[in-house]
Amino acid sequence: MDTTLLIATAIKIGVFLGLTLTFVSICVIFERRFSAMIQDRVGPNRTGIPLTILGFKKDFALPIGGLTQPMADGLKFILKEDFTPSYVRKAFFWLAPCMTMVPALITMAVIPFGSPMEIGEHIIPLAVADLSVGPLFIFAIASLSVYGITLAGWSSNSKYPFFGGVRSCAQMISYEIALGLSLIPVLMYFGDLNLGHIVEDQVKNGWLLLPLWNEGGFIIGSGYWGQEGLLLRWLLMIPLVITFFIFTTSIFAETNRTPFDLPECETELVGGYHTEYSSMKFALFFLGEYAAMIIGSALIVTLFFGGWSIGFGIDGLLPTGAWWVSLIHLGCFLTKVTIFILFFVLVRWTVPRFRYDQLMDLGWIVFFEAALINIFLMALLMAAPSIGILGTVFGAFILIAATIILVSIAKSVIKPSSVRSV
Amino acid sequence: MSEDATATAELKLPKDLAAEKGLVNVQIDGHWIQVPRGTRMIEAAKIAEKEIPHYCYHPKLSSPGNCRMCLVQMGMPPRPAPGEAPTFGDDGYQEIGWMPRPVIACANTVAENMGIRTSGELVESCREGVMEFLLINHPLDCPICDQAGECKLQEFSVQHGRGQSRFQETKIKKPKNVDIGKNIRLDDERCIMCSRCIRFMEEVAEEPVLGFSQRGTHTSVTVHPGRRLDNNYALNTADICPVGALTSNDFRFQMRVWFLKETKSIDLNCGTGCNTTIWTRANEVFRVTPRQNNDVNSDWMPDSHRLAFHHLESDARLTAPLIQKEGTHSSSTWTEAISKAAEGLNMRQPKEVAIIASARMSNEELYLAKKLADALGTDLISTVARKGDSDSKLISADRNPNSTGAALIFGNEDPSEKLDAIREGVSSGRIKALIVLQEDLLEEAGFNQSDLAGLEHLVSSHILANPTAAASEVVLPGAGFAEKRATYVNVTGRLQRAYQATLAPGDAREDWETLAALLAAVEKTFEAPASVDGVIKALASEIPAFEGQSFGSIGDLGVQITETGVTIPLLEQEKARVESGLING
Amino acid sequence: MATIKVNRPKLSAGEKIYFGSIFKGMAITLRHAFKTLFGKSVGADELASSGMGITMQYPEQKWDEHLPEYYRGVPALVTDEQQRERCVSCQLCEFICPPKAIKITPSEIPSDDEWAKVEKRPKEFEIDMIRCIYCGMCEEVCPEQAIYLRPDYIVTGTKRSDMVNDKERLYEIGGTRVGLVNKWNDLK
Repeated sequence: MDTTLLIATAIKIGVFLGLTLTFVSICVIFERRFSAMIQDRVGPNRTGIPLTILGFKKDFALPIGGLTQPMADGLKFILKEDFTPSYVRKAFFWLAPCMTMVPALITMAVIPFGSPMEIGEHIIPLAVADLSVGPLFIFAIASLSVYGITLAGWSSNSKYPFFGGVRSCAQMISYEIALGLSLIPVLMYFGDLNLGHIVEDQVKNGWLLLPLWNEGGFIIGSGYWGQEGLLLRWLLMIPLVITFFIFTTSIFAETNRTPFDLPECETELVGGYHTEYSSMKFALFFLGEYAAMIIGSALIVTLFFGGWSIGFGIDGLLPTGAWWVSLIHLGCFLTKVTIFILFFVLVRWTVPRFRYDQLMDLGWIVFFEAALINIFLMALLMAAPSIGILGTVFGAFILIAATIILVSIAKSVIKPSSVRSV
Repeated sequence: MSEDATATAELKLPKDLAAEKGLVNVQIDGHWIQVPRGTRMIEAAKIAEKEIPHYCYHPKLSSPGNCRMCLVQMGMPPRPAPGEAPTFGDDGYQEIGWMPRPVIACANTVAENMGIRTSGELVESCREGVMEFLLINHPLDCPICDQAGECKLQEFSVQHGRGQSRFQETKIKKPKNVDIGKNIRLDDERCIMCSRCIRFMEEVAEEPVLGFSQRGTHTSVTVHPGRRLDNNYALNTADICPVGALTSNDFRFQMRVWFLKETKSIDLNCGTGCNTTIWTRANEVFRVTPRQNNDVNSDWMPDSHRLAFHHLESDARLTAPLIQKEGTHSSSTWTEAISKAAEGLNMRQPKEVAIIASARMSNEELYLAKKLADALGTDLISTVARKGDSDSKLISADRNPNSTGAALIFGNEDPSEKLDAIREGVSSGRIKALIVLQEDLLEEAGFNQSDLAGLEHLVSSHILANPTAAASEVVLPGAGFAEKRATYVNVTGRLQRAYQATLAPGDAREDWETLAALLAAVEKTFEAPASVDGVIKALASEIPAFEGQSFGSIGDLGVQITETGVTIPLLEQEKARVESGLING
Repeated sequence: MATIKVNRPKLSAGEKIYFGSIFKGMAITLRHAFKTLFGKSVGADELASSGMGITMQYPEQKWDEHLPEYYRGVPALVTDEQQRERCVSCQLCEFICPPKAIKITPSEIPSDDEWAKVEKRPKEFEIDMIRCIYCGMCEEVCPEQAIYLRPDYIVTGTKRSDMVNDKERLYEIGGTRVGLVNKWNDLK
């Protein structure tokens, strides 16, 4: 490893970590202002920069008030009393917030934030670690965060946090399966596990869910239609859209966001797993949740919406490797992530929380089986050109039969719960 | 007749059964009960747990029957015609013929086979009428009236009143806020002419200075021209006044009674030990009133004693243990003060140490003081006698509340007999260390300043700062009468208990704790009990007179544990009035 | 305990996959968000507020014109047209006060006072506005028409002691109230 790469990596770690943490605070203000708007409220709109405490005559009010609210929140968290109840298991109680926060930040390492940058003779990818197993790495690390929540619930030595921990554990394990299975069609399509390559593929052949351009050009040009396998590409949209829904929903469940926020469901569990936490330890849970949300958004953007690419064939017009192009791509990526974060917020303030049994039914009976069928559908479609019409029809027949069997099994499992006694 | 005789022989009638025991059968609201012959109807109803509202009637005073509030319906068996034998129903009683007009329950006595109705249309309309008359001239003073909250007029007006006045004429104006004595304020407008105060002053206080003047609706209570209501029992009139006509100057506008917490206690200003109720709010004593105990103080209490609680809020209260260093006292901790006190005692020979306790202390404290003397090896322990004149009512000649207890615990007839020996020992310099508990040696025990100055080690415990405390090396703050749970034995030999009403100020402790700590510091084997009950237990097991007694066994009215032959004059006078039939008792 | 069978409504295939309803919900929330963003939401007209939701931008915008007659703000003591302090310190408000916010020290009116015949008035009258819950029980229980809940609602302070209204301050807030029953005038 030479020095330039080392320095570049260090800078990347610093910048991206800073970027993620900044984004957390942006998320917080988005969450608060956007939810206020949805509910016909104002939200935090006053916080300025309190210059008076530094001896100035007047406070500085930002043109759009309230932008410094996250700073004030953060400062408050740091200054509050860090209270540790006497009955908790101290070591685990301290460990738990870190266990939630750290995995969320580590997964950030494999996300390509922008197009590779050429500095001198080095081509530096704008991802901290350009791993060839990107999504797998993310799943492996992200699933560790369940330990944080479970430990928090257990070590608090109090019943509501404990319930929260148990719920979280069950929920995350359930949805991890759907999450992993739902991604297989995507990986089958790309045939690559390197997120950087996945993005570059989308630059050329159109975003996964928006194949409006390919190597031949934009959809309105004749070059687009001349490309091979265009019909198949559009047919593949069926399993890919299903994948997108399952994956997005599972990400909601993985990040403990509404409608899947049962671990901290305040109407039933006071504060859930973090009931006994205060001050900065609570803030770490908070941070972890939002960081997970950002990483989730980044992953969705990278896999389904072209990552850092501007799209619509514009990327091809820009020179490759120039530093300003990389910055434009970085901006593009962050914009897309922001849009998804707003979507997360919108969902949170629109969809009510699931009941716990509904959550489990959805995870194990609907999503698990749907993802499974989806894999075979994708495989069948991709294999169709090479196995001929007969093989395809036979495969389709088997697939339909398997679907009917699975659906009937699912129905029989769900049925008892459709009529409930109160 | 012969038939009747056989019937009686076969089956005794209820009237005969009752007569054998000196009782009569009375039917009250449909239930038959047996009450002693000669009982007033109002008392019979009380036995049957039926309340008859009343104003002028008081069991300890004569019954003039002038308020008319206690009207009830009465019935007797119809008088048989000549030659006709009384007929008895299946239950053995004669049928009651109800009278069409009501009678007052306070002045009529019960008779065999009598019926009383304390409710019903007639009785209720009577009460409503009486209430309406009583309220005609009564001012709307309740917001400023001290009686509000314990006012019978308020209570019965809610229960039996109309709710709205039909009176359209002008109310009679009478003098308000009249100064009639040093402790009592009179408001004539509020008076309902029940005459309780007049009768009390005449019959119990035996200084009849109150009376009615004017006539009709202008009738008002007045004090005799040229006289004032300055009797030492005058405040009892404020207690028995059913309305706010007579109120206490001391308690006037201090606090509304509904905020006050009642704690049962006893009076510690003389040997009688009048039973009292201490009224407190938020650790502050607001007033002390007598509590009925027919074996001690009847319903009364002298003014001088009930107003003596003000020393509890005195500025001279000691609130922290003090240690003298180079002539000045500075506040210290209990641990330090106790160890300092014990250190000075441990280094002396037994014959160099003496204890002056006080007969104002409770049995538990005296017991611990005696234990302390035993632990120090000295037999020089004495109380200070405090004699005065009896007022031939409730104030005893012995002004110490617990002389009898001290005598029982110290085991000699006169617990103060060794005081002279101690005084002589101190002045001759033979006694080098002295413990003084709750007594001021200079003013009341005949010591002089040079005696105290000659002592090497003087430990004293007081409630208020005084010259003895000023001369002491270690001063331990004590708790006042309302601030501790304790037992005392009065002059007649009655063991009585007092509950804790408030907490001692600052660091001041209950005295038994101080003594137990001191004892533990002097005698290492002594184990301090966790609460005062532990002390009582030890006391009961050691002193024969207290055997089997505990805080719970004493009861609110106390128990007689020894006979001293001393009587309380007021009770004797009351007994005579009961015997003469003047009062119900 | 009886078991009640609740038959759930039958869902059509479209409803069963929920997405329709979820998107419908999102449309509603988004509509609200945009209305608020352009200052057109509920309250913009009726309450003359900013339109950023029904919330008013306090302290630039205030409720004052919209305060109803019966608004229950700061409790205060009143004097009548004869300049007599109406409170006679009967302490009923202290008794009724659910959060025990009121503390009264009664006293006797000196005999040389113009209103000596009323005999009693408060020496100290303190209402702890940290404790007060603005329930209005004190006003309701007062037999002397002496305590009223005023429309003032701005109670601020930098210390706990600032939040305790003493007698002087209470009369200042309460001011004079006319048309009350003057029963003490009939007194000799």
